[in-house]
Amino acid sequence: MKTLNRRDFSVAVAAAILLPVTTARADDTNMEVHIDNFVFQPAELKIKVGTTVTWTNRDDIPHTVVSAGKFRSKALDTDDKFSFTFTEAGDYKYFCSLHPHMTGMIKVE
Amino acid sequence: MSGHDHGDDGVSRRKVLECMTWAGTGVLWTITGGVPRSLGIIDSAEAATAAAPGMTFLQISDSHVGFDKPANPNALGTLEEAVNKINAMPAKPSFMIHTGDITHLSKASEFDNADRIISQSKLDVHYVPGEHDFLDEEVKFYRDRYGRGTKGAGWYSFDAGGVHFVGLVNVVDLKAGGLGNLGTEQLAWLEDDLRGKSKSTPIVLFAHIPLWTVYPEWGWGTDDGGRALEFVKGFGSVTVLNGHIHQVMQKVEGNVTFHTARSTAFPQPAPGAAPSPGPMKVEDAKLRSMLGVASINFKQNEQRLAIIDTPLQG
Repeated sequence: MKTLNRRDFSVAVAAAILLPVTTARADDTNMEVHIDNFVFQPAELKIKVGTTVTWTNRDDIPHTVVSAGKFRSKALDTDDKFSFTFTEAGDYKYFCSLHPHMTGMIKVE
Repeated sequence: MSGHDHGDDGVSRRKVLECMTWAGTGVLWTITGGVPRSLGIIDSAEAATAAAPGMTFLQISDSHVGFDKPANPNALGTLEEAVNKINAMPAKPSFMIHTGDITHLSKASEFDNADRIISQSKLDVHYVPGEHDFLDEEVKFYRDRYGRGTKGAGWYSFDAGGVHFVGLVNVVDLKAGGLGNLGTEQLAWLEDDLRGKSKSTPIVLFAHIPLWTVYPEWGWGTDDGGRALEFVKGFGSVTVLNGHIHQVMQKVEGNVTFHTARSTAFPQPAPGAAPSPGPMKVEDAKLRSMLGVASINFKQNEQRLAIIDTPLQG
């Protein structure tokens, strides 16, 4: 087994530290929710003001994303997406208006 | 007695297998002595003969015209197969009801295609909408085609063969976390519609989503369906027909018989048998045995619960 010299090890550690930070920055402004098997995943998402959330329907059945008075997608066919940018803090409860037992929550701080 | 009436007089295994080998048709009903009774499949000469003394009507459901996913890449084709079966019936039913999800995405072209195929049956068709028929922004396509003379989102009633038929809409104004919904306006109309009717008038209620709670975890039920059922409590014969769940289930409760229909497009799993109620991909050779085939023994006035499992194979 090849031994790792001290310098290489430091570089590896630095990269490992850097990588999650970069990813987290990207995630701060763009978050994803998937619809699989009639479920919003994740069902609850905590985000900062200014974040855009994109829902993708991965089912073979159309779904919608509706938060009363806040946002309403068209019917999303398979692989269709819907995005909404949250500009105000608050709790946004949402559901699929076709299959109302499907519910989700976006908490905006 | 029909060979497809799987009652006390029995039915041969071969007959049952025959019943399950063709695609996408509906349930044939007959009214005998004011009592609706399912004759099961509709391409049987025996069923037609048995039906002759009473009025017969047909139920088809969940055509999902436009659906093209692996569970059935050609939903229009299986609808056409169903209509061909209807046309091959030796005795014509009086009319047909369609319990919703005519289309998959409420596109004009999907409504056009559905119309083109279903009209080949040359039967009067009484529709109620499924949630898939209300996806266009203004819910215009369904209303323009099928909503004439209806109230609200598309409910109405009519009389045929001494039976009072009521088409209900339970796919609008759905609430987060809830099930199907009729709403106060429709319920008030229903109460009024039934007021003054003789209690001996057989009633047939039909809607897309089951009016009874089949499986709330998958949204298979109607929040205020119980209120509609209160209005029909005093009637001697009540039959409730639905689609939506793409499989046959039956329940008898007092004088009320509940019955769901198969789809002409794709099967859905039994409650809890899969991670979701989504389209179920089965072997190609098996698909047609799971579409629109019914072999139900309908018995009025039985107090026991009678939910019939969908057989996958003979």
